Amino acid sequence: MCGIVGLFLKDRSLEPKLGALLSDMLITMTDRGPDSAGIAIYGAPTSGRAKITVQSAAAASDFARLEGALAEAGLRASVSVKSTHAVIEVEAGKVDETRAALARLRPGIRVMGSGDCVEIYKETGLPKDVVARFDVRSMGGTHGIGHTRMATESAVTTLGAHPFSTGADQCLVHNGSLSNHNNLRRELVREGMTFETQNDSEVAAAYLTAEMAKGKDLGQALTSALDDLDGFFTFVVGTKSGFGVVRDPIACKPAVMAETDRYVAFGSEYRALANLPGIEDARVWEPEPATVYFWDHEKAA
Amino acid sequence: MPVIDLAVTPLRDLNSALHAIPPGANDINYEVLNPRGSHAVAVGIDAPVTVDVKGSVGYYCAGMNDGGTVTVHGSAGPGVAENMMSGTVVIEGDASQYAGATGRGGLLVIKGNAASRCGISMKGIDIVVHGSIGHMSAFMGQSGHLVVLGDAGDALGDSLYEARLFVRGSVKSLGADCIEKEMRQEHLTLLAGLLEKAGVTQVKPEEFKRYGSARRLYNFNIDNADAY
Repeated sequence: MCGIVGLFLKDRSLEPKLGALLSDMLITMTDRGPDSAGIAIYGAPTSGRAKITVQSAAAASDFARLEGALAEAGLRASVSVKSTHAVIEVEAGKVDETRAALARLRPGIRVMGSGDCVEIYKETGLPKDVVARFDVRSMGGTHGIGHTRMATESAVTTLGAHPFSTGADQCLVHNGSLSNHNNLRRELVREGMTFETQNDSEVAAAYLTAEMAKGKDLGQALTSALDDLDGFFTFVVGTKSGFGVVRDPIACKPAVMAETDRYVAFGSEYRALANLPGIEDARVWEPEPATVYFWDHEKAA
Repeated sequence: MPVIDLAVTPLRDLNSALHAIPPGANDINYEVLNPRGSHAVAVGIDAPVTVDVKGSVGYYCAGMNDGGTVTVHGSAGPGVAENMMSGTVVIEGDASQYAGATGRGGLLVIKGNAASRCGISMKGIDIVVHGSIGHMSAFMGQSGHLVVLGDAGDALGDSLYEARLFVRGSVKSLGADCIEKEMRQEHLTLLAGLLEKAGVTQVKPEEFKRYGSARRLYNFNIDNADAY
């Protein structure tokens, strides 16, 4: 099964509540998948700074004196630790250098995602525990996506949890299973993409990253995914300013959307949307099969 | 009139109450508040009760209904009125996929649109959709009637047996072995009755086209004996 949720805010006054709203949406979907849970939140960018969200199974030792170690490597970074995760802020343009230094200095650290805005938190366990562990409720932002997993295609691990992020400020959650992911992974590796897992959803994320790197916008990348990905999927995707949804042509994986003047919301089921403000008067609909939906803060302006 | 508020009463209490109604009971008009997308609301009814659900429901609402009248004043998730035996289910809003699946009898009225696989494997149920329906609807439909005032999606009536389909709008494509058929007087009379039962006014049976099985797929053909 799996449960997926997404929330894209139009009304800026809701931004401080993004983490709380998304947390409640995800917790409502707990019985669609108890294996792992994750949330990606797009917050306000800080000019000239980039963020890297990292995770470690040995957080205490890996995160201890990490700022100092990075400084010795010539990288001015600030590290804020949240349980098994940490957000490392560095100068914009130093992300790749920092990732290389992390791999050298702290090989146990795994990168969950990076970019100007996104922070990604994911762990094995139930949504309520994952949300509490990372204090997601207190986070504000412009948009976010979340996932609770019933594993089918790969191991129940932190790295196998969603969202998957394969490019700067890009991430994806998936309900379904892909049947051509091994082939597609080989092709993407040939194009220079790297993979952390054997998971099918990571391939979908990397595919979209690769297509956007070729110049497509999110909507165009999702449209080509309909031709190139084989299997069952409902995807919810975030980019720095955008939010997209697409379902495969068979469309057996459930999906409900709601839109008001204040937000666009996605849930695997209506239950996930039932607590949103003004849901009584929202336009609520089931996204059509093989149809791309996307919204963009920059394009809407 | 019993009022059950699902914000404070567990769903199982509602369904148990609906299952425990003795024959001849009078106080059988239930109102259900705050369903908020709950699954399995009012499933397994086997008495002539009425249930008015004030809001939207999740999976399998009114499943296996046998004689009840369930009205959802909102939209319904997947599998509404699945395997209905008899009675009436009315959805004031939209219905998600496989509405009325495998239904053996009774009437399902959807006042909005229905998604994919509406009436899949229907076996005697009558379904009237005021709006449009999605792809693969009435797949392997065996008997009963599917009436659509709007449009139908891809592969309508694929691998159809003897269910009868009436569509007023366009059909995106017909499934394997489903063909348009002549609308004769007996069908117009039948359709008029179905529209009346479903409370549809100002729409004439003559506005519909009839679709059914070409009967080439499910009948054994002696010419194919060599293939076995």
